[in-house]
Amino acid sequence: MADTVALRVQGLHKSFDRLVVLRGIDLDVGEHEVVCLIGASGSGKSTFLRCINLLETIDAGRIFIEGEEITATGVDVNRIRQRVGIVFQAFNLFPHMSVMRNVTLAPTEAIGMSRHDAEALAIELLERFGLADKRDEYPDRLSGGQQQRVAIVRALAMKPDVMLLDEVTSALDPELVAEVLNVIRELAAGGMTMVIATHEMGFARDIASRVCFLDEGVILEQGPPERIFADPQEERTRRFLQSIIEAGRM
Amino acid sequence: MSFGGGEAPETQQSLSGAPGMPPMGDRGSKILAPFRGEGARGVWIAVLSTVVFFTAIGLAIVNSSGWPAIKEAFFDPEVFADSLSKILEKFWRNIFIFLVAEVFVLMLALLLAVMRSLTGPVFTPLRILAAVYTDLFRALPTILVILLLGFGAPSLQIRGVPHSDIFWAIVALVLVYSAYVAEVYRAGIQSVHPSQVASARALGLSRRKTLRFVVIPQAVRRVLPPLLNDFIGLQKDSALVAVIGYTEALRQAQIVSAAEFDFTPYVALALVYIVITIPEARFVDWLVARDQRRRQAAGGV
Repeated sequence: MADTVALRVQGLHKSFDRLVVLRGIDLDVGEHEVVCLIGASGSGKSTFLRCINLLETIDAGRIFIEGEEITATGVDVNRIRQRVGIVFQAFNLFPHMSVMRNVTLAPTEAIGMSRHDAEALAIELLERFGLADKRDEYPDRLSGGQQQRVAIVRALAMKPDVMLLDEVTSALDPELVAEVLNVIRELAAGGMTMVIATHEMGFARDIASRVCFLDEGVILEQGPPERIFADPQEERTRRFLQSIIEAGRM
Repeated sequence: MSFGGGEAPETQQSLSGAPGMPPMGDRGSKILAPFRGEGARGVWIAVLSTVVFFTAIGLAIVNSSGWPAIKEAFFDPEVFADSLSKILEKFWRNIFIFLVAEVFVLMLALLLAVMRSLTGPVFTPLRILAAVYTDLFRALPTILVILLLGFGAPSLQIRGVPHSDIFWAIVALVLVYSAYVAEVYRAGIQSVHPSQVASARALGLSRRKTLRFVVIPQAVRRVLPPLLNDFIGLQKDSALVAVIGYTEALRQAQIVSAAEFDFTPYVALALVYIVITIPEARFVDWLVARDQRRRQAAGGV
């Protein structure tokens, strides 16, 4: 396998009871690549991301991170998850912990970093994303945009190889979306490999090196954003983009 | 890992990612709330009507024909003063009993609740064990378990096991109350939203550490009021130890009462229980309010 492939997914299938969500997804993501997943609600974007992080047990297929198969039997799930950061739509910060502790919990408890080093790392990251003055606040006192930025910092503190972003702006008030998107832009500029499920088409066009259109559990069409958005080949892609335009979201 | 939060009672905002949800209501007393909007006049009316009402009831009782007999039997000042000091002397034993029992109850109950919340087929025997335990000890009257162990266990004369009846009475209280408190903990654990577990696990934390750092701290904060409920129950049930002949405060009250042909000692003990319980309730209200204040902005963000 070429060493420039950060994430490789082969023939991924996943169903919940009788509901088939993913019916054979193949995807290679190169290092420093930013792949945006677009598609209607229920097309399987979130499930796909959760599978990559092993938050869902998959029914069939194989997943490799930096050449290592993480779906092989006997792999240490906790170690894999430390290499793949995920940020959720609903932030999911720990409400009983300060911002600082939210960020340092996993470094200290999952990989045994000293409290001192973890806090230094946290301060560095919080400063980078303009959150240094929030370090002692509790999540419920922050705006949605701030919470989501903290959630991104929390994932980054584990120094992941790949970041998965699951509709990270969908729960935000419109005026707070930009601050979160800017953080992601900065990550992309810094060379972070990312897979992003999003409804923000303008953002996807901006940031993606590749756009994948998911439909009924498969990647129906993929390509550079210019081509997908300007000249979609598939009828269903065209219809999806048309409905987005009609909704005034592009 | 899932703690089966699906059927959990969502008593409180559990997703930090749900801004705009109303904060949990103030758990403090609302007795004075209804007239707050009416200003000073409302306060005066409230004070006046309260004084008149309770004075009327008080006068009616004191002037009733049976009052002198009641007063002598239940509220004799001399007997009260004499019995109160004797009862307080022995009340330390109750305090010792319920404090020691509570420490073990909190630990054993948490263990049971965690056992019952484990998912995965491997843990089936542990889940069954915890379920059978809670079913069993919630079904038995506390006094029965105290009699059974307090008299029964020492009579076995097993070597290496304490023969003291009070030791076994405390064990009985721990066994019974752990069953109740385990259910309280379990409700708390189930009320922590599964997304909290997902995000902890996604960061690479093990199941054990997710439980320890993310689930249990949130669960315990939520169930503080019901935990206090059971603590007060335990406090009161420390008096049941009297049935094995151990002279704690209730037994002492009984002795003084029998000697004086007067029920005032019981009233004295009742007062002692009331006086220690009320501050505890206010303390927990304060804890809950403080936790909320710390977590939530005063006026919403």
